[in-house]
Amino acid sequence: MIWFLLKGLLRDRSRSLFPLLMVAAGVAITVLLYAWLQGFESSIVQNTAHFGTGHLRVMTRAYAAEADQIPNDLSLTGADTVLAALRQAYSDLWWTPRIRFGGLLDVPDQGGETKAQAPVTGLGVDLLGPASPEWSILNIRSSLVRGRVPAARGEILISDDLATKLGIQVGQVATLISATMNGSMALANFTVVGTVRFGVGPLDRGGAMIADIGDVRAALDMENGAGELLGFFRDDLYHEARADSVRQLFNARNRSGDQFAAEMGTLREQSGLSDMLDYVTLVLKGVIVFFVVAMSIVLWNAGLMGSLRRYGELGVRLALGEDKGHIYRSMMLESLAIGLVGSALGTAVGLAAAHGLQIHGVDFGRFTKSGTVMVGNIVRPRVTTAASMLGFLPGLCATLLGTAIAGIGVYQRQTSQLFKELET
Amino acid sequence: MIRARLVIVLVGLLVAFQRPSGEEVLRQIDRNMFAETRIVVSEMIIHGRRETRTVVARSWQRGTTDALTEYLAPARERGTKMLKLSDNLWTYTPSTDRIILISGNMLRQSLMGSDLSYEDMMEDPRLEHSYAATVSGTDTVDGRKCWLLDLTANREGLAYHTRRVWVDTERLVPLREDLYAKGGRLLKTMRLGNVTALGGRWLPKHVLYKDVLKEGEGTEFVIDSVEFDAPIADYLLSKAALRK
Repeated sequence: MIWFLLKGLLRDRSRSLFPLLMVAAGVAITVLLYAWLQGFESSIVQNTAHFGTGHLRVMTRAYAAEADQIPNDLSLTGADTVLAALRQAYSDLWWTPRIRFGGLLDVPDQGGETKAQAPVTGLGVDLLGPASPEWSILNIRSSLVRGRVPAARGEILISDDLATKLGIQVGQVATLISATMNGSMALANFTVVGTVRFGVGPLDRGGAMIADIGDVRAALDMENGAGELLGFFRDDLYHEARADSVRQLFNARNRSGDQFAAEMGTLREQSGLSDMLDYVTLVLKGVIVFFVVAMSIVLWNAGLMGSLRRYGELGVRLALGEDKGHIYRSMMLESLAIGLVGSALGTAVGLAAAHGLQIHGVDFGRFTKSGTVMVGNIVRPRVTTAASMLGFLPGLCATLLGTAIAGIGVYQRQTSQLFKELET
Repeated sequence: MIRARLVIVLVGLLVAFQRPSGEEVLRQIDRNMFAETRIVVSEMIIHGRRETRTVVARSWQRGTTDALTEYLAPARERGTKMLKLSDNLWTYTPSTDRIILISGNMLRQSLMGSDLSYEDMMEDPRLEHSYAATVSGTDTVDGRKCWLLDLTANREGLAYHTRRVWVDTERLVPLREDLYAKGGRLLKTMRLGNVTALGGRWLPKHVLYKDVLKEGEGTEFVIDSVEFDAPIADYLLSKAALRK
């Protein structure tokens, strides 16, 4: 029976095949676009969490107010105590300290004079601690381009682009010029033991420098200090409701007027990500609405054309005494079949394309050279259940809506005029 | 009535003729405050947002262009040296054993976390070299009568485009200074005090610098001791001296 119906749909070009292909194409595009935007959003969220804010971030109030300027003079002191309390109270998250810093990396010549100098965006992370989660969070080992990962104090990794720019070789010593927590000039020597490429434009181009937090504390005179304490959900996914509840709980417990008291924020609230995520959601909704409206208009037009082609057939059916409502319902039923098959076909094609791109990814690195958004160079669509539903339902709705509008014409046919019309 | 107006005009003219020119006041300040060489031991008390720190340093200054500063305290800064030779500034830290040229944006950074920047260190302290001055009136600072000097930069590239300086009319030392950007925004203020007679000249031994764009209570600069025109060996004001 199903095969019979399918053959009917495929063999009647004007009545069913053309609308079916249109629905399938529209649904496939919607599914792919939705999966693509989901992948884009997911890349931003993941990279921002990994390299920026974590899923949750604890800072002093004063630091949080100027976080974009990396005000290390306003950092948390006694960070280990706060960290231990966080690990105990919210054990479903990984908690790790970080110090962000800016400065210059100075490469000496043989006489100790400056040979090359370039700005760096530094990150002091727990590299040498036992069972540090940073190795997997920052994906350090697979990002290694040259050399090895740091295994002792005084060893650092720098972005491969920076190493090329400075002309520095693995194993060479470079001097970090930065500012201490008190604002004095900080000078510290480090050995570059490897170079990395994270595949995130702003990091790779911005001269990333990764050092153990112990070394950074010593260099910047921040004993037991940390700019930020980051929390990561162990499945590496951002759970907004849970993050909000942890934030509220923590901030309620630490309510204080002290500007150096610890305060927690969620990933969504920070770095303007909230606006960006809202924007992506808005674009997604816009795409769906646009698709439904555009497809409805196209299918309405197709329905009208079909009605014109089937003018004689509908006239004969009316002349034979078939009820207008019955004809309308049968047209709707046909549309339902076309919508179901078209949407299923479109969803399958869209998901297959999205899955293929999810595996291989598309390199956007060359197009995002000047961008500052933490999106990976390789963007992959994200295939989800929602992606299939979001294409299928509008496909079905558009078909039914198009036919529902075009089918109104049936009610405008006058029985008295039928034979006259059929004679011509 | 006419006679009264005449008297007012005459008195006004008399006051105006008594008022020295801006350039003359600047020359007298420079003559009073500078020497061929100076060896200064000073303290910088930095009142930050979180804590107050004291940095102790000894400086060897030759003229207004060359100077070597060695930091004596706190322990973390001990042994750090800064050498200024003409338009160049180098720093040396024993922990890295590196001599680094401070240039570009680094010059705008805070000096030891204070309200002073490296750029302030690099400025030619002889104001008459960089500014055109006019005496715009008189005022009183800490009970001392002062000339009010308005200074405007006579060349591009200075950290402060205009300055308003209150100069003690008798001792010819500045007692207060407001420093402005080109757009007219107040950037820093200086209050000078504890004016002491030393070696036949008047010297303010206490200066409170305040960067108005920065939170905190400012930075106090206190001169503990000063020697004028003492001999300074040439090697001391060279890059070789940084590592010694």
